[in-house]
Amino acid sequence: METPAIPAPEARSALPAGLRGIFPVLVALPILAALHWILSESPFAVYLLSVMGVNIILAVSLNIVNGMTGQFSIGHAGFMAVGAYISGVLSLSLKEVALSFLPVAASDQVLFTVALLVGGLAAAACGFLVGLPSLRLRGDYLAIVTLGFGEIIRVVVQNTDMFGRALGLSGIPQYSSPAMVYFWVFLTILVARRIAGSSHGRSLWAIREDEVAAEAMGVDTTSYKVRAFVISSFFAGIAGGLFAHFVPIINPGSFTFVKSMEIVVMVVLGGLGSTTGAIIAAIFLTLLPEGLRSMFNLLGTESTLAQKVDQIRMPIYGILLVVLMLSRPQGLFGTKEIWDVLPRWLPRKRRGLA
Amino acid sequence: MAQLLQHLINGLAAGTIYALVALGYTMVYGVLKLINFAHGDVMMVGVYMGYATAFALGRDMRSSLVGVALIFAVAMLGCAFLGFLFERFAYRPLREKPRLTALITAIGISFALSYGFQLDIGFLPGASPRAFPEIIEPKEWITIGDRDVVVWNWQVISFLIAVGLMVALQYLVFRTRFGRAMRAVSWDHRVAALMGIPTDRVIALTFMLSSALAAGAGLLYAIKDTSVSPLMGLYVGLKAFVAAVIGGIGHVPGAVVGALVLGLVEEFVVGYAASTWRDAVAFGFLILVLLVKPGGLFGRVAAEKV
Repeated sequence: METPAIPAPEARSALPAGLRGIFPVLVALPILAALHWILSESPFAVYLLSVMGVNIILAVSLNIVNGMTGQFSIGHAGFMAVGAYISGVLSLSLKEVALSFLPVAASDQVLFTVALLVGGLAAAACGFLVGLPSLRLRGDYLAIVTLGFGEIIRVVVQNTDMFGRALGLSGIPQYSSPAMVYFWVFLTILVARRIAGSSHGRSLWAIREDEVAAEAMGVDTTSYKVRAFVISSFFAGIAGGLFAHFVPIINPGSFTFVKSMEIVVMVVLGGLGSTTGAIIAAIFLTLLPEGLRSMFNLLGTESTLAQKVDQIRMPIYGILLVVLMLSRPQGLFGTKEIWDVLPRWLPRKRRGLA
Repeated sequence: MAQLLQHLINGLAAGTIYALVALGYTMVYGVLKLINFAHGDVMMVGVYMGYATAFALGRDMRSSLVGVALIFAVAMLGCAFLGFLFERFAYRPLREKPRLTALITAIGISFALSYGFQLDIGFLPGASPRAFPEIIEPKEWITIGDRDVVVWNWQVISFLIAVGLMVALQYLVFRTRFGRAMRAVSWDHRVAALMGIPTDRVIALTFMLSSALAAGAGLLYAIKDTSVSPLMGLYVGLKAFVAAVIGGIGHVPGAVVGALVLGLVEEFVVGYAASTWRDAVAFGFLILVLLVKPGGLFGRVAAEKV
């Protein structure tokens, strides 16, 4: 890895301490409301933005394990599957239930939130299980174990009647809205950034740079690694739940090794350890196929080529990984955030924050 | 009883093929400490090379002894060259970088190959599975009772080839100059270079050897399974890798034992439980083994340097 970017202490802010904590929320909520209002017209934009949001949550949450802690996990889609299926089943069984003291839409949203949280917690429990072997396994071996867990989850789902076996679940009520998705995006980013700057995060960075040295300095490496896994898989589960509630059907095919690798590509492209990098990479890699498709469509007659974009995407991901590792192994931003990389004219005085 | 015996035979036959692929993983890991994720996909490319050769040879030629030898030779040499290319242009520039970068590169190559081969553009074969031509005519060599237990010729052939290659490899690693160089490089490649060992050449040759082995194993697999598809490398490779880890990665006999054990476990799951659980059981078994012995059955856990 490159030279360790130890997060500098938080600079002084002009805001009073009490307001500073809730300031992001005060900014985010009006933006989300506006987003929801603007987008309610175009279903494609809603879909695209939702996919993008889910990918951002996945990339940012995986970055906590892969980027900050340096534990290479390649089974993130498994946690997403847990969240998607658990919350999906819950929503299906609660479909007829309505909380009588609330209007229907509000009651739906409350139930949806409950289902999401349960899915996230189930995923977090799985993350705990996967994190435990990290007590004894390191590096490559841990990567393989996470891969194995992801595959096991997929096979279990495929063989359980409750989860619809290979056919998957259909008819899950479509509760997800862009506002809901981006609320969770916001929450994920907030948590990731708070972790990165906290003393907890510093322990994670220490583990990433040198596990043995970190342990020698008194960092309880196992407990921190397990915690990183739990937090990361909780948000992956949430992302899965959100995903399940805006696509018409989920099946085991959506959560394979390939999906895990897509998320890994996002994290690696953005820079292992950079939250803004993960966000930008997630946005870029979600929009890339759409952009390619419309570009080919614009070029005219080659409509078959436009249809092939989804096929071309995976080889492109592969080549992208190879080229990236050869030319810029630390990713676009390394462990830095976007405001550390962009030139000084960026209106920000608090430079040097990780 | 007869059923048990049959499962035992099938499991061993599947295990020998895993073993050949696993040997490639183990050799590369032993020398470079790199999990060559693209190994299974190199195998897949080898199978397609064999497929193309078989068609070029025509119906009569390909089932003759010369034809079969030619198919194997083309696939193995072609894959050796592929292995050389990957080592030279993808892994060698990263040798002094952290191991994670090389692992990510390997995953990238794996994806580029397995999904690139699914495109139906130009000469690429497209996503749909194809029937591999029958280059060795299947025969029942041993039958016990009223076809209670059947041993097929390809089972015996692949078992013999696998055991032969394994013994040859063991000889190569422990009895030849090249093997000694390999072991020296695996111990510490910087010091090995100081001692006058051409490190780059040894590593390149190891890669070529492992890729050629993969091609041979892939052809044996295709003879057994008769269906080839661009995704076969991803899954066979993953299983073989699991086998190598179970045996203790970097340990040659360990890879073979791990593969045989994995083949048997899978066969018994398919035979006595449900075939859909096969992959989960393979990975579950892997995790179990790693939890009990983090270095695999035969591996040693290296002490961490501070």
